Amino acid sequence: MPASMLKVQIWRGEAQGEFRDYEVPRQDSQTILDVVTYIQRKLDPTLSYRFACRVGMCGSCAMTVNGRPRWTCRTHISRVLEDGFVRIEPLRNLPIIKDLATDLVPFFEKWQGARGRFEGSRTRDDDFSTVLPSEPRRAAASAAIECINCAVCYSACDVVNWREEYLGPAALNRAWAAYNDERDNNPLGVLKAVAAGGGCGSCHAHQSCVEHCPVELNPTESIAGLKRVSLQAWLKGDLR
Amino acid sequence: MSATIFQRAAHRSHPAYWAFVVHRVSGVALALFLPLHFLTLGLALNGAAALDGALAWTSQPLVKLGEWLVVSALALHMMGGLRLLFVELLAWSDQQRNWIAVTSGIGIAVGLLFAFNALGM
Amino acid sequence: MTLRAYVLQRLSAALMAPLVIVHIVVMIIAVQGGLSAAEILGRTQGSWLWGGFYSLFVIAAAIHASVGVANVIEEWLGWSRAAAVGIAHTLALVILVLGLRAVYAVVVV
Repeated sequence: MPASMLKVQIWRGEAQGEFRDYEVPRQDSQTILDVVTYIQRKLDPTLSYRFACRVGMCGSCAMTVNGRPRWTCRTHISRVLEDGFVRIEPLRNLPIIKDLATDLVPFFEKWQGARGRFEGSRTRDDDFSTVLPSEPRRAAASAAIECINCAVCYSACDVVNWREEYLGPAALNRAWAAYNDERDNNPLGVLKAVAAGGGCGSCHAHQSCVEHCPVELNPTESIAGLKRVSLQAWLKGDLR
Repeated sequence: MSATIFQRAAHRSHPAYWAFVVHRVSGVALALFLPLHFLTLGLALNGAAALDGALAWTSQPLVKLGEWLVVSALALHMMGGLRLLFVELLAWSDQQRNWIAVTSGIGIAVGLLFAFNALGM
Repeated sequence: MTLRAYVLQRLSAALMAPLVIVHIVVMIIAVQGGLSAAEILGRTQGSWLWGGFYSLFVIAAAIHASVGVANVIEEWLGWSRAAAVGIAHTLALVILVLGLRAVYAVVVV
């Protein structure tokens, strides 16, 4: 086969299915998303996959590429090819809808389960909160807030794979941001949400989430923060 | 098309995950070893001679190898555990990969120190 | 694991760190020139210090090992929470009973 062709293997089906092989012409500036798009348009219109912005902002195009979860629009094929070969699968740890598209409902249910949302108490009649960006708690919240819920970390995490109830790195990272937001009126509620069996205690600091996050967030650090604060709260008796 | 050129576990191929595996495997080994350890020491209930009998058994080379593995497991498990306590209780440091290397090194060194002493070196 | 298990895990770990260091040092010294009952018992017999030291060690180890093993059972064997907790409690009991018996054997007898 000429060196200008890529050998691409793609998962077809749902939980049951098979890998199918395709040959795709290699280009100079080619991402994995380009490869998948070429296959769907020119070779096999029955291929299902998901994307939106295609410029690395939305996180919709996340898939497993040669064993690693990545944003396919930001993955140049030269970075992942192994002997001209690439295997593309749907994200791990999520139910497969079809081919490369997964169901993110469980991911978002866990997001809510970790109380990954803001709960404030001020009304439009109250004054604004004044929060200095440099304050340690705000800095901690800001460091964790950029998550766009792409589920790459969730897919990379082995504890998510091993424990059905584990909330996962993204949800816990968001919980840490909520906890550190001083405008939130129930930080203890966050700790209660992450103190359960599937909470922060289950993280073993593998740091696969840190290794794979496309936005360079650090869920392990956030979870360590939750562990620290939960430990203190538990010892004080607030969490029994 | 063969998929053997890469592992299904490519996402785990980094030091922090390997450190976890060492920590967990050494921990399980220690948990299984402890009852044996206590039963051996408990022989002293029957007098020092009974304990000496068991200790003489442990002077066999294969058992000595096992002893070295257990002591190494303890040292590695402790160093890995200390690293985890630092990660969780102290502020994050970008030196973490170095910590993995340092704690592993100390764990291995302690194991070797035991081995050398056991071998009379 | 639950927060309670996590806290017990970490606290017992922190407690054991200095105990393990002492134990390893003692072992390295003791193994020089071969192991003997006389050497071990000469150090431990009648000693409140070593009795207290090793008793604390046994209790901490029973807690720490059982929580750890419960995690391994759930995560790597995929067994139920009930099975994991049952085995963990059993292991804790075994370590506690055999361990304190061993302490008694080398300190009191």
